[in-house]
Amino acid sequence: MSFLVRGYLEEKELPPRPSKERLKKKSVAYIECPQEIPCSPCFESCKYDAILMENINDVPIVDYEKCTGCMKCIRVCPGLAIFMLRFRNGKGYVTMPHEFLPYPKKGQKVILLNRRGEEIGEGTVTWILPPERNDKTALVTVEMDPELIFEARAFRIKGE
Amino acid sequence: MRLTEHPIVKFKRGKEITIYFNGEPVKAYEGETVASALYAAGITTFSRSFRFHRPRGFFCAIGKCSSCMMEVDGIPNIRICKVYVRDGMKIKTQNSFPNADSDFLSILDSIVDRFYPHGSHYRKFNKPKVLRDFVTKQVRRFAGTGNPPKKAFEEKGSFEEIETDIAVVGGGPGGMSAAIYAARTGARVVLMDENPFLGGQLVKQTHRFFGSGKHRAGTRGIRIAEILSNEVGELKNIDVRFETKVFGLYNGVVGAVEKDKKLLKIKAKKIVIATGAYERTLLFENNDLPGVYGAGGVQTLMNVFGIKPGDKGLIVGSGNVGLILTYQLMQAGIDVAAIVEAMPRIGGYFVHAAKVRRLGVPIYTSHTIKRAIGDKKVEGAEIVKLDENWCEVKGSEKRIDCDFICVAIGLSPTHELLYQAGCEMKFVPELGGLVPMRTEYGETTVEGIYVAGDVAGIEEATSAMMEGRIAGLDAAIKLGYGGEEAIRLRDEVVRDLKEFREGPFGERILSGIKKVTFEKEAISVSAPEREEAISEGIE
Repeated sequence: MSFLVRGYLEEKELPPRPSKERLKKKSVAYIECPQEIPCSPCFESCKYDAILMENINDVPIVDYEKCTGCMKCIRVCPGLAIFMLRFRNGKGYVTMPHEFLPYPKKGQKVILLNRRGEEIGEGTVTWILPPERNDKTALVTVEMDPELIFEARAFRIKGE
Repeated sequence: MRLTEHPIVKFKRGKEITIYFNGEPVKAYEGETVASALYAAGITTFSRSFRFHRPRGFFCAIGKCSSCMMEVDGIPNIRICKVYVRDGMKIKTQNSFPNADSDFLSILDSIVDRFYPHGSHYRKFNKPKVLRDFVTKQVRRFAGTGNPPKKAFEEKGSFEEIETDIAVVGGGPGGMSAAIYAARTGARVVLMDENPFLGGQLVKQTHRFFGSGKHRAGTRGIRIAEILSNEVGELKNIDVRFETKVFGLYNGVVGAVEKDKKLLKIKAKKIVIATGAYERTLLFENNDLPGVYGAGGVQTLMNVFGIKPGDKGLIVGSGNVGLILTYQLMQAGIDVAAIVEAMPRIGGYFVHAAKVRRLGVPIYTSHTIKRAIGDKKVEGAEIVKLDENWCEVKGSEKRIDCDFICVAIGLSPTHELLYQAGCEMKFVPELGGLVPMRTEYGETTVEGIYVAGDVAGIEEATSAMMEGRIAGLDAAIKLGYGGEEAIRLRDEVVRDLKEFREGPFGERILSGIKKVTFEKEAISVSAPEREEAISEGIE
């Protein structure tokens, strides 16, 4: 459980990656929730049985083939631990929950941060679920270098 | 220092009014407590300690400690974190001369104590008698808390006697759930809370809750407070008493004071105690400086009243409270210098840690705070590394720049009422301290007194709500309400709670609960029997 010493996940502790082909089809939920805690809203929210859990303390496992990318789970996850990943036209897209002011606008440039809070590059906001439509948790899709979709987990608006 | 915008909370401020702090006008808004209004005006020192005249600010902000006592309209020793502002209110610092900010008597701490250390008054100045009398008189003048009021209390008090089925003490998640579930079966309920609102500590929980959807996971604590208090409001058989302080339980009678004026005598067949918990502090040099706050205290100030606790904080403790507070501080636009954790690993949920770690907040495991730096207020902190034997590693001291420190090292149950009522108590470290023995439905060794929530053992709001439901239902069932359906529902919640605690995070709680759970028939003593036994001289 060395992630509990660091506070972030390292490569080998991450869940298996969805295949490139799958990522190209449509977006897919990627859940970074490695610890057994009594929490199950993602499992309950999934209409497609794509999230596997036997009891409330289990770690959620996503069946990438069943996941339709509907984003129900990312909206309810209290741990903000779910990210939607996607490849399209040679670009990578990550949808992240965001609860900070100011909320970004479409087209805005952002600085991408990895799990350790280090700057790893830049991205562009391409879509936002407005915070008022999801009890103040905005969902923000950021377009980025496809290499970065397994790294970028937060962002800072450029110039803020 | 007042926040105007916040990503989650919309602060509603009342009319602008003026209060007087040591004679100086201070702007405040209706609905704020005196402590938060003063803090917003940049006043951090509220009084001085009674012996060494060290500066005192607030600590818990929910009326459980005595750090913020001041003189309000001539009455000393008022916890100003629980007093709401009124136009023209006169607030004075106490135990100080001329005022708490620059107290001349602080030489007692800085100089006098060096020559006449604590305890020396037993040996020094004893002879001759004249000198002894003179010194005793002076010492007594300097010591003590506050000055007695100049005139006698004049307002008229009143009295009310209420008969009810179930009395619930505490309007937090546990108490509200107990009241709702009991009232739904048809039982008459009186719900008392010391605040002018229901919700307990949920009102500052801006994050989404964990657990299962059935128990409102994925919903923010502040919304759960709204949902529950609306449900309470809709149930006509719940009599809610706000600003009501319960001071004692006497064989099925609850003694309380409503709005500081009316004495309540509530005869209840069953009583549910859901008084919650208070914050613990930690021993380190200067831990009493204004600027060293309880984590919950900062949440109250920031999320309930919309006031910035400072510009940069240090969080001590990486349990869920510390991690969530860090995230909430950042949401309010306040920097967090670091989180320190004495354990070799993070104590709270990993996902909470990940949320702040990816925003660049360092978490120092195997580290602790050595001292707070500052004269009248926190100006920094020194942290130090701990080895595997919990000893400081020499030379690993590091200065952290911060202007406030949040102590988030855990809570202890507010158990006093249970103790007073004669419930059998047990010290269980896994549950946070002294907790009552109880059945699986939350009934204590005194028949008819139930517990729910943190007072039964420190856990969190989701389990508090479940415990409340169980206690409320069981109390109603015992009174003949609800029938089969209530029994089925109660047993279902018991099962849910069991499942909830089954994971690794519940292990500690479960081992604690095992130590305090008893089978009803085995050792229960009903109140009348107990009284009889006492009157016969058998204790």
